[in-house]
Amino acid sequence: MDVFTEYREQILAAFWLTIKLTVYSGAGALVLGTVLAAMRLAPVPMLRGIGTAYVNIVRNTPLTLIILFCSFGLSQTLGITLVDPRSTTSITDSNFRLAVLGLTVYTASFVCETVRSGVNTVPIGQAEAARSLGLTFAQNLRIILLPQAFRAVVIPLGSVLIALVKNTTIASAIGVAEAALLMKEMIENTAALLVVGVIFAAGFVLLTLPLGLMFGRLGRRLAVAR
Amino acid sequence: MTTASVLFDAPGPRARVRNRVIAAATVVLLVAVAWLVFSKLADRGQLDAAKWKPFLTGNLWRTYVLPGIRGTLTAAALSVVGAGVLGALLGVGRMAPPAWVRVPCAVIVEFFRAVPVLIMMIFAYFLYAQFDVFPSKHLALAGVVTGLTLYNGAVIAEVVRAGVAALPRGQAEAASSLGLSWTRTMRSVLLPQAITSMLPVLISQLVVVLKDTAIGYQITFVEMVRQGTQVGSAYGNYLPALMVIAVLMIALNFTLSWLAVRVEARLRRSRRAGEPLEASTALEAGD
Repeated sequence: MDVFTEYREQILAAFWLTIKLTVYSGAGALVLGTVLAAMRLAPVPMLRGIGTAYVNIVRNTPLTLIILFCSFGLSQTLGITLVDPRSTTSITDSNFRLAVLGLTVYTASFVCETVRSGVNTVPIGQAEAARSLGLTFAQNLRIILLPQAFRAVVIPLGSVLIALVKNTTIASAIGVAEAALLMKEMIENTAALLVVGVIFAAGFVLLTLPLGLMFGRLGRRLAVAR
Repeated sequence: MTTASVLFDAPGPRARVRNRVIAAATVVLLVAVAWLVFSKLADRGQLDAAKWKPFLTGNLWRTYVLPGIRGTLTAAALSVVGAGVLGALLGVGRMAPPAWVRVPCAVIVEFFRAVPVLIMMIFAYFLYAQFDVFPSKHLALAGVVTGLTLYNGAVIAEVVRAGVAALPRGQAEAASSLGLSWTRTMRSVLLPQAITSMLPVLISQLVVVLKDTAIGYQITFVEMVRQGTQVGSAYGNYLPALMVIAVLMIALNFTLSWLAVRVEARLRRSRRAGEPLEASTALEAGD
């Protein structure tokens, strides 16, 4: 346990960064994913095509590749660093923001598919009633379908969020100092492999299990009674 | 709600015009974005023939890309076999009547689903290194396969459970009224039927495995993405190299996803098999 006391500050900081990555990318992915879902349901074939293409491309690409693309491609080759180059912490900030961008882009495709499957659970009569009241597609989506759809997919969205928590570890590929990077560093420095493994596994269990329970309960409470 | 057309009225003359305007605006926007990307790429010389020419030489493929593809496929194949076996054992174990089998299996499944694959890979990699379990040449492969097997085994265990749960209750009841033991019921009645309904999910899980081999990048495993970055540093063309790797990966995974959907549709049509599990369930969570 000496290892834990020695590294306590760093471990907490690393997991805090994991949480920050999750929150920022989760929020971004929720917005982008919902927009994509709306596009995939829209009356304009062009928008549907773009939505479908996005999901098919992103979902079939490894996250590591997307994150490396943000770093090597956007930042190093094209010079899109997302930060003010004069800032003293520009390199760390840039990596963090690029990781958030990559995670957002990747997770949005899963949010899109989840929301879309939620819209599919809403009974046909709801959309038909909305149409016969003269609501446009946008109104129909905003007032009738999405509120019911979101309530139906709370639990699957929870699974997406849990997967995102675990996926943040891949940000270590571009040097974001989150849990997996610290784990590697600690194993190399302390030789207490088992203890380090237990610490990090426990950390992720502590992060994901309560999330699962919380979303399970929330989903059951919010489920639309039909 | 199976078709999207329920969501909006059949477009009349005005709606058709409006839809065309939106479509045209989207095209303009797309072209603008494409132009922006291309001009930016051209500015940085990424569209120069020199950056792309190496992909026409056999040397690049022989030295970098093909070993990467081989690594990805080897790791995926080994992990799929391992995960299949582990998943079947854990899944059946989780349904076993005695609590001393069921509870540990449930704990193991939940644990391996909660821990990120990368954490497991790093742990396995250093564990094998410390105890010299594998020759150093295969160390990274062993780490990758261990991580993927444990995680996907846990996922497949849940798929097996769902597949058996989706069977009509009469199947298990008929088996026990014939006097079959629990093991016999599982082996000769429930599992063979569940396997067919699980097939689409298992194929989509293969996509997850293929994608996740790329996580091995971080423990220096020679797979497609790592080889892509190697090409990038050797020829100074990171962007084109990663693009080529992405295209290869997407083509491979897209074919598999498409196959999963086809198999699902096929099983849905056939009357012999039970209701198939949806192919998309594996991918929905975003692993």
